Amino acid sequence: MKVSVFREEHFNAAHRLYNPEWDEATNTQIFGKCASPNYHGHNYDIVVKVTGEIDPQTGFVVNIVELSNIIKREVVSRFDHKNLNLDTEEFKNLNPTAENIVIVIYNLIRPHISEHLDLQVRLYETPRNFVEYPAGR
Amino acid sequence: MVYLTRKEHFNAAHRLYNPNWDEERNQAVFGKCANPNWHGHNYDLYVTVKARPHTETGFVFDVKRLSTIIREHIIEKLDHKNLNEDVDFMKGKMCSTENLAIEIWKQLEPHIPAGVQLHCIKLYETPRIYVEYFGE
Repeated sequence: MKVSVFREEHFNAAHRLYNPEWDEATNTQIFGKCASPNYHGHNYDIVVKVTGEIDPQTGFVVNIVELSNIIKREVVSRFDHKNLNLDTEEFKNLNPTAENIVIVIYNLIRPHISEHLDLQVRLYETPRNFVEYPAGR
Repeated sequence: MVYLTRKEHFNAAHRLYNPNWDEERNQAVFGKCANPNWHGHNYDLYVTVKARPHTETGFVFDVKRLSTIIREHIIEKLDHKNLNEDVDFMKGKMCSTENLAIEIWKQLEPHIPAGVQLHCIKLYETPRIYVEYFGE
């Protein structure tokens, strides 16, 4: 019998959406105000979902304190109060859209979660804009 | 007297930095908020006006018109902008949430018509951090 466990964390960051292979006009046409040259920012909320069988010894699917520590160490400490375009290795050459950010976050967390557990990450860029990876579960 | 509130929101970058201090002192006082490359927030703005409801409409104020005033004079200037760099009315001021609330009040007040009073600017920087300014 599988159960899903959720932990929410958050970070605040600046970013802009910008494709360096395009001129300013094309960037503004595609990304609109999100391409603003001096950056803008968001309060990002991360919801991490871990699914698996309950360990009969502990009663846990996953130790949620450890899960929180993993997210804080791998994700929040990297991105909180940073400029995603300028301050992070992950987005030096990757447009920091919510879609790309959620995949990066998944890949940062995945190695620290047991292989027999499923992982899914939901990222809120605003209360009304959010993405999920992997899709379709 | 009835209090009427309209909520709007904007997303912006900023940093907390006092140019009269060296980097070390800025770091000591503002911590990670002083990051030279900025960080950002989803700001939620609550604007409250007060009046007696109009006898013919039952309204304190046309809330659609209030929304238009806020969008035109505040949201247009702040949304997807860098508060330190891009906003005329924050030039030369510390971009704290406190100061931003005061400046939003100053920008809005001239556009609130007679018979209605601006009562409160409530500004959320994060879901757990907010300030209130009553014009005092």
